[in-house]
Amino acid sequence: MQELDTAGLGSVRVTRQSDKVVIIEKDLATEQMVLAMGPQHPSTHGVLKLECLTDGEVITEAEPCLGYLHRCFEKCCENVDYPAVVPYTDRLDYLAGMNSEFAYAITVEKLLDIEIPRRVEFIRVIVAELNRIASHLVAIGTYGIDLGAFTPFLFCFRDREIILGLLEWASGARMLYNYIWVGGLAYDVPADFLTRVKEFVNYFRPKALELCNLLTENEIFVKRTWGIGIMPADVAINYGWSGPMLRGSGVKWDLRRNDPYSIYPELDFKVPVPDGKHSVIGDCLSRHLVRAWEMDESLKIIEQCIDKMPSAEGFNSRSAIPKRIRPKAGEVYGRAENPRGELGFYIESDGKSTKPLRCKARSSCFVNLSAMKDLSKGQLIPDLVAIIGSIDIVLGEVDR
Amino acid sequence: MEEGKVFSQSLQESAAAYSIIQEKFGAAVSALDANETMPFFEVVDPSLWTEIALFMREHPKLKFNYLACLTGVDYPADEKLGIICNFESLGLLNHKLSVKVKCARNGGSIPSVACVWHTANWHEREAYDMFGMTFTGHPELKRILCPDDWEGYPLRKDYKVQEQYHGIKVPY
Amino acid sequence: MGNSLNAWSEALAGFYLFGLPLGLVIIAAIPLVFIALYSLTYGVYGERKISAFMQDRLGPMEVGKWGILQTIADILKLLQKEDIVPTSADKFLFVVGPGILFVGSFLAFAVLPFSPAFIGASLNVGLFYAIGIVAIEVVGILAAGWGSNNKWSLYGAVRSVAQIVSYEIPAAIALLCGAMMAGTLDMQKITMLQSGTYGFAHFYLFHSPIAWLPFLIYFIASLAEVNRAPFDIPEAESELVAGYFTEYSGMKFAVIFLAEYGSMFMVSAIISIVFLGGWNSPLPNLGAIALNDWTTGPVWGAFWIISKGFFFIFVQMWLRWTLPRLRVDQLMYLCWKVLTPFAFVSFVLTAIWEIYIP
Repeated sequence: MQELDTAGLGSVRVTRQSDKVVIIEKDLATEQMVLAMGPQHPSTHGVLKLECLTDGEVITEAEPCLGYLHRCFEKCCENVDYPAVVPYTDRLDYLAGMNSEFAYAITVEKLLDIEIPRRVEFIRVIVAELNRIASHLVAIGTYGIDLGAFTPFLFCFRDREIILGLLEWASGARMLYNYIWVGGLAYDVPADFLTRVKEFVNYFRPKALELCNLLTENEIFVKRTWGIGIMPADVAINYGWSGPMLRGSGVKWDLRRNDPYSIYPELDFKVPVPDGKHSVIGDCLSRHLVRAWEMDESLKIIEQCIDKMPSAEGFNSRSAIPKRIRPKAGEVYGRAENPRGELGFYIESDGKSTKPLRCKARSSCFVNLSAMKDLSKGQLIPDLVAIIGSIDIVLGEVDR
Repeated sequence: MEEGKVFSQSLQESAAAYSIIQEKFGAAVSALDANETMPFFEVVDPSLWTEIALFMREHPKLKFNYLACLTGVDYPADEKLGIICNFESLGLLNHKLSVKVKCARNGGSIPSVACVWHTANWHEREAYDMFGMTFTGHPELKRILCPDDWEGYPLRKDYKVQEQYHGIKVPY
Repeated sequence: MGNSLNAWSEALAGFYLFGLPLGLVIIAAIPLVFIALYSLTYGVYGERKISAFMQDRLGPMEVGKWGILQTIADILKLLQKEDIVPTSADKFLFVVGPGILFVGSFLAFAVLPFSPAFIGASLNVGLFYAIGIVAIEVVGILAAGWGSNNKWSLYGAVRSVAQIVSYEIPAAIALLCGAMMAGTLDMQKITMLQSGTYGFAHFYLFHSPIAWLPFLIYFIASLAEVNRAPFDIPEAESELVAGYFTEYSGMKFAVIFLAEYGSMFMVSAIISIVFLGGWNSPLPNLGAIALNDWTTGPVWGAFWIISKGFFFIFVQMWLRWTLPRLRVDQLMYLCWKVLTPFAFVSFVLTAIWEIYIP
């Protein structure tokens, strides 16, 4: 039998005619293509790089490459005093600075074992929940962009602008607040602040519904997200998912409820989880819905806080702040529910220094993103974009 | 545990969970450091670490299905590196416990638990990246935040930054 | 007023200078000048203002009153920009791609009747030509995408080609329904057959009870053919950066953009000619108030077809700023499993209507 020259060919079908072997069908050889998505790509939400191996439009493997925004947060913390870490925490999840500060503050307070004035706690919860709404607005808006709907994004930013204005009024900064200090607050809120917040809540409630409907009642949007990137609950827990991601997989787990801190036990709010009617539990749409529903719950929390707020009489927001923060030797792992999940701080103190011996930020985005490799296997490129968008990463927190 | 002290409920739960582990592994684990902020025990025999981890995840009374955080730590005084894992039984038993595992500072290695909790995969890579201990059995142990060809381990206490990186001056 | 305009245009058509039909040239040049003007001002400025309106913002406000001169500033900016050709690009294809695209999208304008008096080339197979010439764009897109030597461009080009080639089938069949109703492929004749004293009632959209179906199918398919949302997957900015024109800058980029806006107007004009009477006035004669007569004439004709074209462009923009993007497989599903079968159904039904119902 003669040799067939099949160089450069893929699958070949042959037939035999008398003595000769004849190729009756041939296919060009195909190869997988390496596609570097990012670090500068519109839908990787910052400087994330995904090294994808693609077969046509299908991703056979996607490997996230991190570190483009690594700013040595943990090393910096070891070289500054405890209060000086607060501005650094703002820069972790820069879309939810208040929540990051909150998590850090309660961790150090746990280590110090100090009592915080009640009014401080209420103000902290209000600003943190406002920031949660702002952060979810960005998440929802940019998710729309990822799927090609540009308009909801601008609606989201229009409303987020009001929140940023309020927070700027309270703290003096728009994104990097340095407002929640260890043991207190930088300042009390301005005199009219609570009325304005109340006005915002009343304004935003119908808007939130409108925003939610704009996307979730859109046939194309639902088609793009329904059943995409499904994460079963047990795998999600094993991956260490938290926050809206975990709740999107149907696990009713919210640190504000299950490991309560601050004044959350006194407040009445629901922990929304997908019911399986609007979406497949654990898919991109569930995660999107959870965020949309959570904004409503945050509004409820804010309203209750305003109603229960202790009076400002004789109040000094810095009264409980220790003159010199030098915790006794020991370790603490403190955490809080951030818009993106559990933000934890592991802090070790040697009891002598005013600087932490070790301060590790357990970033929710970092952990949530680690499932990317499994989630993206066998997906189309547009679905990959949908999945990244639904994870809602902030690279500042991933890379630290 | 010290007698005569009133412990919070969560600490009591942690102590109960610890006693199950201690019963099974005996001398391989140290006594429980029962503090209110972060109760932990140390794995004295690191070679058993993966086994302990699996036991902690699978035992019906432990069910630590959630690895909240894995922190690498440098102990220059003891010539050791270590990791601290914060566990929680999420949604099942709701108790918490932390575990410390230590290894030698130079060339030390710790068994990987990435096969037990997916969370550990990236966190161990990060600990390796920052401290330089290796994790035996890790599926792909390479740097995660620093570039692959970075010199040294930045979070060690005696870390000196390299002068040049591909012709770029590093210290500012 | 209409009559005086008619008289005026007829007088203009009879205007000769040194034995040359200068009047005719002027009448003929009006639509072409308009195309350029439209592309510059309405296409870009309008899109910005419309999207701004839909998104609760102002849009361009700085350059000129209400930002009217914004587009001119943009053009100046694009002219000054460095014209980059990537070193690893296939230079010939890279340069030639936008050219083919531009020529392809503007060639179809030759057979579009802009008024009773003006049509660039009154071909007896005008509709066929218009359908066919669009396919040239595919070559340009493929050349641009392949020549860029960029993986995103290649993806965009391949997607675009698959999309345009697929969607030509329902689009062509839907247009054939219009041709069947008219019994001709000559676009000028198709338009003339839709004129009458009852205005819009003569339009083919109202010609038979199923005419709305090919109309709708062609509109949807035309969105895909000109890569507009929700079918803008070839240039899906969140997935493929910018699709096949990722690597283009400066004037080449402007040319691609111009071609795109040109195509938008072209498909809008075709759909108005085949289904909405082209340059015919939609106003009916109501007894003594002869609205239709008053609003018919060469200049009025141009006005009507341009207004109809604008209307469809507005709808395209409206959709673009409202809808998310489909996925590649969903796009193909829509084409092959929904639009094509329905196009065939409407084709058969139109044929039955034309044969058995006079």
